[in-house]
Amino acid sequence: MTHPLSPPPKKNPQKRSVSPTRPPEVRSRAALHLTAAAAEGRFALQRCADCGKVQYPPRDACSACLSTDLPWQDMAPGGTLIAETTVQTSPRLYFRERMPWRAGTVQLDAGPTVLAHIHGDVKRHARVRVTVRLDQAGQGVLVALPETDTPNMEDDPLMRALSADPKHRRVLITDARSAQAPALARALQKAGAAIIFAGEPESWRPYPQRAELEALGVQILPMDVTDTASVQKLAGEIGGKTDILINTARFLRPGGVLDRGDTGFARDELEVNYLGLMRLAQAFGPAMCARASDGVNAAAAWVNLLSVGALSNARPFGAYSASQAGAYSLSQSLRAEFRPSGLRVMNVFFGPTEEDDWYQPLPPPRVTASALARSVVDGLQRGLEDVWCGDIAQDLRDRFRRDPKVLEREMTLGGEGA
Amino acid sequence: MSTLANLATRIASGEIRVVDLTHTLDPDFPVIILPPEFGQCARFRMEEISAYDHRGPAWKWHNISMSEHTGTHFDAPAHWISGRDLPRAAVDEIDPADFIGPVCVIDCSQGAAQDEDFELTVPLIEGWEAAHGRIPAGAWVLMRTDWSKRRGAAYLNMREDGPHSPGPTPEAIRFLIDQRDIRGFGVETVGTDAGQGSHYTPPYPAHYYLHGAGRFGLQCLSDLDQLPATGAVLIAAPLKIKNGTGSPLRVLALVEET
Repeated sequence: MTHPLSPPPKKNPQKRSVSPTRPPEVRSRAALHLTAAAAEGRFALQRCADCGKVQYPPRDACSACLSTDLPWQDMAPGGTLIAETTVQTSPRLYFRERMPWRAGTVQLDAGPTVLAHIHGDVKRHARVRVTVRLDQAGQGVLVALPETDTPNMEDDPLMRALSADPKHRRVLITDARSAQAPALARALQKAGAAIIFAGEPESWRPYPQRAELEALGVQILPMDVTDTASVQKLAGEIGGKTDILINTARFLRPGGVLDRGDTGFARDELEVNYLGLMRLAQAFGPAMCARASDGVNAAAAWVNLLSVGALSNARPFGAYSASQAGAYSLSQSLRAEFRPSGLRVMNVFFGPTEEDDWYQPLPPPRVTASALARSVVDGLQRGLEDVWCGDIAQDLRDRFRRDPKVLEREMTLGGEGA
Repeated sequence: MSTLANLATRIASGEIRVVDLTHTLDPDFPVIILPPEFGQCARFRMEEISAYDHRGPAWKWHNISMSEHTGTHFDAPAHWISGRDLPRAAVDEIDPADFIGPVCVIDCSQGAAQDEDFELTVPLIEGWEAAHGRIPAGAWVLMRTDWSKRRGAAYLNMREDGPHSPGPTPEAIRFLIDQRDIRGFGVETVGTDAGQGSHYTPPYPAHYYLHGAGRFGLQCLSDLDQLPATGAVLIAAPLKIKNGTGSPLRVLALVEET
């Protein structure tokens, strides 16, 4: 079993914080498909469409028949550890700081032999589950886990580095008024978060769930993502101990372009959904990036809650979808900007929600706040980049990947008329 | 000495006190809340353009944004449907002489302290006149409630059935317009109407009658307890916004020390 992590001691104020270092980032274009699978927690390898061989490492041609038709397919994770070593030294700073490091080869049931990081609880020559995780360079790496879960296995230093586990971490929920805030706070608490902060806009306007958050012990602090000074002020106060930031601020109204007839709500949508994200990132991003290797409660992840309408515009929430598309694009810029530090950006996509009143006229299914909260926590624990919560988000993702134009045409039906 | 020179001298000497009746424009200052389907009043916001830095090395300045009806603000007749067809109903069209005038302050602070839905009624106005004299034509009438001393959620005082704050009855507003020919009506609350003003007939009677008669409103005033019941002069000049229905403004009162 893994030795359970203790809450980290208070920082020694006379010691400088450790600068983030990273494992190697460069990959071939073919190998990035492994990263793409890791980003949503799937273990996939190339299987030759012509001869059926599964190969690793990824290549541009089949190592058996030279075919270039090499689709990526999800693989069974089972395998056997056939050889291992413990690396004691490395020219690479990231590994030097984390020595000794266990690595080995696994004979996969699916065929190939792969090089993998090895979890501390894996016994020699044991059966293992191979999973793919994003490392701190944001690249997919293979990890051999014990065949069945072991106690505290998520506390292994390797797993801490390959996740953004909320355990012992301090989390900021940016908008306490969000319909999803109480469920998120409960799920984070259950996952062992040390402190949960919540930003509260417009404290002069009461809302019923405040009492619920207070009862959960959430620390409610003033912040409005549309007010730059308030965001800077809260970042000044708690930016240095925000390990995970979950942006729940969202402005949502139905309507597209013509049925609204003005830009009023659209401006609010951009102020909250797009510029709000930018203000938060400008205020909290630098300190979080600087603390991405700061021990047990290092800054680990930035979480955006996005409507799946960000992928393809979803009427009758056309203008809102456009603001979500803007936020999604901005999140990709943030990924690039955070990348040198190792701070992760996780996007959680979802369809209409149960608790937001504006979806009341839509038929089910709707995503409940507790389902969304489970997805957020699960994504953090697995170190994912993209999470698709609920049937609608998963369906739209699949259709988008099959053919974005076909999806667009289906989403923009004019209805039968004369 | 001319009247104006005399005025300037007495302001400089402190014989005439300048009282600021304005709240600071602050991003966190409450604005009126309407049902969410409706368009909403923008909060005051301020974004730095530069601060003696790479964006502008020797100067600091901000872009600001807000509604015409954010913070301490002026309501023009064009603000309400009853006043939309009146001549000179927008802030840029109003005769600037109308921005300066005598002011009567009706102290409702005790009543408002006991009853958050306190109403200014015709008998109360008549009682005030019995003590202070008849309200002159062209006067600003301010309803003092000390509501400006409230902070946070207590200011809007929003509950499940809407906000609760004092205001005038429909009859009182009609009396002030029809019988006393006032210039405008001002309050310390977020609207010239009571928090529950939508439940009167007509709804929002102060807005409906004042603006329908071409009169003005002043809202979110502060420090009305610094004013005498009569004798002060109010200076309330809105920004000159083309077709503007209102404007944040600095409201000043000149008070003669006696």
